[in-house]
Amino acid sequence: MGQLIFRFLVGGFIVSFFAALGDVLKPKSFAGLFGAAPSVGLATLALTTISDGKMYAAIEARSMAAAAAAFLVYACICSRMLMRWQWHAAKTTIIGLTVWFAVSFVLWFALLK
Amino acid sequence: MVCGLVCTVVCTLEVATMRVSLNLSALYKTRWYEYAVRFFFGGTVTVIAGLVAKKYGPILGGLFLAFPAIFPASATLVEKHEREKKRKAGILRTKRGRQAAALEAYGAALGTIGLLGFGLIVWIANPRLDSILVLILATCAWTAASVYLWRLRKSRLWPQL
Repeated sequence: MGQLIFRFLVGGFIVSFFAALGDVLKPKSFAGLFGAAPSVGLATLALTTISDGKMYAAIEARSMAAAAAAFLVYACICSRMLMRWQWHAAKTTIIGLTVWFAVSFVLWFALLK
Repeated sequence: MVCGLVCTVVCTLEVATMRVSLNLSALYKTRWYEYAVRFFFGGTVTVIAGLVAKKYGPILGGLFLAFPAIFPASATLVEKHEREKKRKAGILRTKRGRQAAALEAYGAALGTIGLLGFGLIVWIANPRLDSILVLILATCAWTAASVYLWRLRKSRLWPQL
């Protein structure tokens, strides 16, 4: 339980740090880079290396690379939907998460499983 | 690690001499509960990634390391802030908020290529080198790749997303 709380605090802090960095930077397209910062990755990989070893963390990082490709598809679709359609950002980004899950699952099934 | 990242950001910005500006007053525009939501969401995703890895193994759990934890909240906030700005100026119906969120998404798409590089570097180098060094190197690589791609996007050869 203590480890989970520690993970929660570290993850929350790193995500908030990168999000705040994105808030203060201009222009918007540059600030957007920080929307894809390796925040959860940094928090998890550092803690996983300590608790489960380097190889375990390396395997997680390989999956992370595949999921980053899914994130690319998700971000491109969100950008296009926001530009062309009349949907609000919250609706677009939340519904779009199904794309991230679907592409991640396909990549996991095809390349990693 | 954070210092290394900040140094890389500053150096990359200086070398590239881009028109990137820092607006610290934007921190005060974000309300406390908006920070709290992002903190809670980030912490929750990190915990879920750990729990999935414990139950189903690191291959499936690792996918959550590239979960879009920041982007949905940031895009929503950007849209909201732009809409509020226009409303204060007396413009009630505007596309500006959505366009700003779309630009944020475009930037995030560029950042994901750096994120892919981050994962590959940790995958290859972590078993061989010191883990802290690997994470610093991978974060610097993410920053450099993202900034370079952001600059490159201005090129005529760059495809429009």
